[in-house]
Amino acid sequence: MALSAPQRDLGLPSCCLPVAADLAAEAEALAAAATPAVELLTDGTRRLSLVVETLDCAACLPAIEGCLAGLPGLRQARVNLTTRRLTLQWDSSAPPLAEILSPVLAQGHRLAPFAPGRLDRLVEAERRLLLRCLAVAGFAAANVMMLSVAVWAGLLGGEADGGEMGPATRQLLHWISALIAVPAVLYAGRPFFRSALAALKAARLNMDVPIVLAVTLATCLSLFETLQGGRIAYFDAALSLLFFLLLGRLLDHAVRARARSAAENLLALQATSAAVLLPDGRIERLPLQALVPGDTVVVAAGERLPVDGLVTLGCSDLDSSAISGEGLPQTIQPGMAVHAGTLNLTGELRIKATAVGQDSLLARLQDLVETAEQGRAGAVRLADRVARLYAPAVHVLALVTVLGGLAWALSWQDAVMNAVAVLLVTCPCALGLAVPAVQVAAVGRLFRKGILVKHADALERLAEVDHVVFDKTGTLTLGGAELVEAGALADADLALAAQLAAASRHPLAQAVVAAARARSLAVTALPVAVQEWPGAGLVARLPTGEARLGSAAHLGLSQVAELDGPALWLRRPDGAVLRLRFRDRPRPDVAATLRRLQALGLGVELLSGDRAPATRALAAEFGIADWRAGVTPDAKHARLQALAAAGKRVLMVGDGINDAAALTVAAASMAPAAASDVAQAAADLVFLGERLAPVAEAIEVARRARHLVRQNFLFALTYNLCAVPLAMVGLVTPLLAAILMSTSSLTVTGNALRLVGRR
Amino acid sequence: MAGLLYLIPVALFLGGLGLAAFFWTLRSGQYDDLDGAAHRILFDDEGKPPPG
Repeated sequence: MALSAPQRDLGLPSCCLPVAADLAAEAEALAAAATPAVELLTDGTRRLSLVVETLDCAACLPAIEGCLAGLPGLRQARVNLTTRRLTLQWDSSAPPLAEILSPVLAQGHRLAPFAPGRLDRLVEAERRLLLRCLAVAGFAAANVMMLSVAVWAGLLGGEADGGEMGPATRQLLHWISALIAVPAVLYAGRPFFRSALAALKAARLNMDVPIVLAVTLATCLSLFETLQGGRIAYFDAALSLLFFLLLGRLLDHAVRARARSAAENLLALQATSAAVLLPDGRIERLPLQALVPGDTVVVAAGERLPVDGLVTLGCSDLDSSAISGEGLPQTIQPGMAVHAGTLNLTGELRIKATAVGQDSLLARLQDLVETAEQGRAGAVRLADRVARLYAPAVHVLALVTVLGGLAWALSWQDAVMNAVAVLLVTCPCALGLAVPAVQVAAVGRLFRKGILVKHADALERLAEVDHVVFDKTGTLTLGGAELVEAGALADADLALAAQLAAASRHPLAQAVVAAARARSLAVTALPVAVQEWPGAGLVARLPTGEARLGSAAHLGLSQVAELDGPALWLRRPDGAVLRLRFRDRPRPDVAATLRRLQALGLGVELLSGDRAPATRALAAEFGIADWRAGVTPDAKHARLQALAAAGKRVLMVGDGINDAAALTVAAASMAPAAASDVAQAAADLVFLGERLAPVAEAIEVARRARHLVRQNFLFALTYNLCAVPLAMVGLVTPLLAAILMSTSSLTVTGNALRLVGRR
Repeated sequence: MAGLLYLIPVALFLGGLGLAAFFWTLRSGQYDDLDGAAHRILFDDEGKPPPG
């Protein structure tokens, strides 16, 4: 979300400032749209989740919750910064929904109702299950370890019958351990049991099969030993194994869940109901599913378009940044085609629907993104490749140990015990932690630098990249507007323009206000109301005469020279006409970032849909030799495929719908946070702020993460190569197993944390 | 050694209290918004907007 100009000036994010708007209508429209998403709870209260699209900073939390605090009947109003959602719960004594929502809208927030799907609950339930299992495994492992240390100490030296500790005490400690361990294994092992069972049913082996085998065998044999009054029990090993593995699983889950919630917020942006003009002239709100092509839909200012269609009546400005990433609104007149998901800014529109629901452009784009994601899921991740070799090898080794032991005339009990030791020391504790620990450290580091990682395996792909393709508008540039040659305007003229412009949400108008504030001019209210003519401009009838700000047509100018950029015209009350020119500003650190990328050995290329002169000028300014202008979305797609065919691994950085297809075919992709939602959904990483440096930073961190992952794998492998022979000949005691297992896990985790430490 | 007979149950009980407390925090949703929780501690009062 780009900060709009006047607000940047006050040093406050756009999300925290009040804006003037037609609140009541907006609240009514939102309440109507949200009604199907309201849940009726068993205690008679109602609950609603809303995506807060404009939630950018932590200061919004107390602002939103504070403005809702005093409402009667509102049981709960809580903002979740992680998922960017607001949850409301209210009872029958509460005012109508529109009244509850209007104070939040009054703060300038954009809300969209969010109906939590079945998948959501499953993911949330999975997270809670993992947390609970982790807690139980941790509790049990710590306590059993405490008892085990006593047993091991007791086994050392002393009395001839095998240690200082008497058999009765040892037996007691083993029994207590068993009482803790058996229920804990049954409880905390569930995620692994389930996954291993599913794999076996499908006649496959996954990493969980040897884990389950090791844990259950170790527990059962230890229980058997305990019953026999034996000396060796592996309860602690089984539990710490579970604990470390659950930790890895939870870290992995956290990375994925964050990625998913971003994608779901996108879905919620689609309007869920629409005001339909019925043949008898009445206007009725209908759910989106009830619409058919040919219906006429009424869209008020401030609403999102529910359908693709043709405008039949009304003029307005349409913010299509959600679809195209284009920063400037489009002026809309009757007869023009418009798309679902765009935001109607200034005037009421009537639209004849041509495509609804799944046929609309937005839905088709989402399909495209989903298809691409599924395709990517097919790419085998490094950890899985290792697991594919690892699981069969472990089973063979364990089997060899049993057979070898029996051949060496060991009792079957000792032979199986050795096999359990093999399974325990080879168990992929270190492997299970090696990747997630590095990923969480890397993702956390990137998050603090304002880069959101949307796919868990994006870093792996990013590390491989050797060529970077940039889009121009909105990517190398900021995509907004900035007043140029402001110095040529007199203070009084700029102040007048800003006074008019303050009444509009249009980005050009906001750029005028920003320029006025930058010159420390006071933007006071005009003595008369400013009228906004949708799609044209602003008018104020001052006592001294009429002042206008807007397009050339708005001022009645017919002969206008061709311009090289967007412009506004100002007519002073005395009749003089002035031109205000705007340009799209490049990001402040483009040159430095490109140098950094080249230092990393990456090729840089510019692919722009813009016309050649503008693209050439930008490419020349930053020394990009390889540039193409006027590239259509299909051509972008084709160019990336050609690069891939030539063996290049491409990082695509883009922001618009025209980039979405390209983003999905690239080996890895990034989008700025101001990009269209579709581009954000398609991209692997999203970066915040005005700087371009995150592109280079992300590649650096990804490469360092890849290095650490490989180190970790190497370490885990060395550890296994040393420990397995010992275990196969029966030299690994429970004490040694515990030490080996914890040190390898701690080393791997510590190694991953180096990524956090280095600044 | 008789001390073990009550020390071990005491240790397990205390550990169990910790576990129960963790389950309670989980159920009351204290892990639902880790990003928000990191910032909430900086605000004066819940439900009151910051000055300015």
